[in-house]
Amino acid sequence: MNVKEIRSLFPILHQQVNGHPLIYFDSAATSQKPLPVIEALDRYYREYNSNVHRGVHTLGTKATDAYEGAREKVRRFLNAKSAQEIIFTRGTTTALNLVASSYARANVKEGDEIVITYMEHHSNLIPWQQAAKQTGATLKYISLQEDGTIDLKDVEATVTPATKIVAIAHVSNVLGTINPVREIARIAHDRGAVVVVDAAQSAPHMKIDVQELGCDFLAFSSHKMCGPTGVGVLYGKRELLEQMEPIEFGGEMIDFVELYDSTWKELPWKFEGGTPIIAGAIGLGAAIDFLEQVGLDAIAAHEHELAQYALERLADIEGVTVYGPKERAGLVTFNIEGVHPHDVATVLDAEGIAIRAGHHCAQPLMKWLNVTATARASFYLYNTKEEIDTFIAALQKAKEYFSHVF
Amino acid sequence: MSSNHPLDQLYRQVIMDHYKNPRNRGVLEGTNVDINMNNPTCGDRIHLTMKVEDGKIADVKFEGEGCSISMSSASMMTQAIKGKNVEEALRLAHIFSDMIQGKEYDDSLDLGDIEALQGVSKFPARIKCATLAWKALEKGLHDH
Repeated sequence: MNVKEIRSLFPILHQQVNGHPLIYFDSAATSQKPLPVIEALDRYYREYNSNVHRGVHTLGTKATDAYEGAREKVRRFLNAKSAQEIIFTRGTTTALNLVASSYARANVKEGDEIVITYMEHHSNLIPWQQAAKQTGATLKYISLQEDGTIDLKDVEATVTPATKIVAIAHVSNVLGTINPVREIARIAHDRGAVVVVDAAQSAPHMKIDVQELGCDFLAFSSHKMCGPTGVGVLYGKRELLEQMEPIEFGGEMIDFVELYDSTWKELPWKFEGGTPIIAGAIGLGAAIDFLEQVGLDAIAAHEHELAQYALERLADIEGVTVYGPKERAGLVTFNIEGVHPHDVATVLDAEGIAIRAGHHCAQPLMKWLNVTATARASFYLYNTKEEIDTFIAALQKAKEYFSHVF
Repeated sequence: MSSNHPLDQLYRQVIMDHYKNPRNRGVLEGTNVDINMNNPTCGDRIHLTMKVEDGKIADVKFEGEGCSISMSSASMMTQAIKGKNVEEALRLAHIFSDMIQGKEYDDSLDLGDIEALQGVSKFPARIKCATLAWKALEKGLHDH
């Protein structure tokens, strides 16, 4: 993988921030966009912007082909059986809410259980809290090991025959833990539950095969994987999606409309009410092409190397606590003794380094870690070891600065 | 480290002093103003207790968690309002709000240590840290 060449495709990276070359370590929040994606959006708006699925005219056909072509790219990207299993949504949050609202309401009843983990992002937590409240089901949590991993024994103990849904992050946005989704799915299926995977932090960084994972639903966002904001994907097994009712009604999703009743289009369109996210889906398609061209295995290996290097270098700084296991995805969440994470982020920003500070939309996990906030540096295919060296030097400075002002 | 570090306008000595040695830290028992407030986007939180008697803030304490800016701002705020009447405290909150947003502000009042927070206005991402305690104050006095 030629990182220099890759970087040349990301115009935003070639700028100074506060007098220093930008080092972007916040890709877990949102990734930067390469030229092929920017150009695909530009081309759509310049050359064939049109509504889909209705125009007889040439541009409408072109737009429809590109939109449905993007769906086929997503199908291939996930190795789903059929493009009918791919629904475009506004993002991971909307996709998970669709499952929680439609599937859960129809299939979960009082006395049933919904199982999640302590490491879930709020988007894979609150929809289930709400679903549990509305259906009278019990929300249960799979506990975490000391190092922030999940022990399958705890999964076996928590998931029971009363469990109807197990919802789990593929990769934790705070700990970087890569969860054993395939094994968890096997346990869940043994007990008759469906498995929902939040792949927001995995789809951008590693190869995903929904048939191999054995999951029933899987959700991810385009903007974290080099694509535009405002679009994401819900994958669902066809037999499940077919039974599910839409949660949004209007144009595009209907078959016949009468005065007092209507029928829905077939999959996947019955879940895509209103003019769909045409440009977004086309941009996501271009992002998938780009990531596949670089190679997802190569990206995963590069990020693994960066994360291991960052862990090694952070261990040299006295007073640094790193959260999560050694084997992890491409991010490190940490705290420096005596310096609040917001202050760390401000000092780093003055050096042109963008990191995230706060609770990372995972308040229950922060509680489990017994911290109110943490700092997080997250890496992607365009980051380098040299950037990590600069980051480590800036952290040293932050520490010194705060010991100096005290 | 050199004394003209670009961050010195943010992290002034007096701010760091309040962060390290917060004034009026704790919880007052049996008070008539008791406010909890948090900044949901970053996790900072403050618990403000005040004893308001005859229109005057007779005593005030704060407890909380957060960064140097939010905690020092809370400490300075309690120092500034203790003993003041409610109207003066609200006026101070108004002046503070203008100052922290980089607007023209009424400088006829002696702001004391608070003025050190003026530099925060140059760091838009941190303005919310500085205003948390003051928002709690305003809410507490309005609800009172």
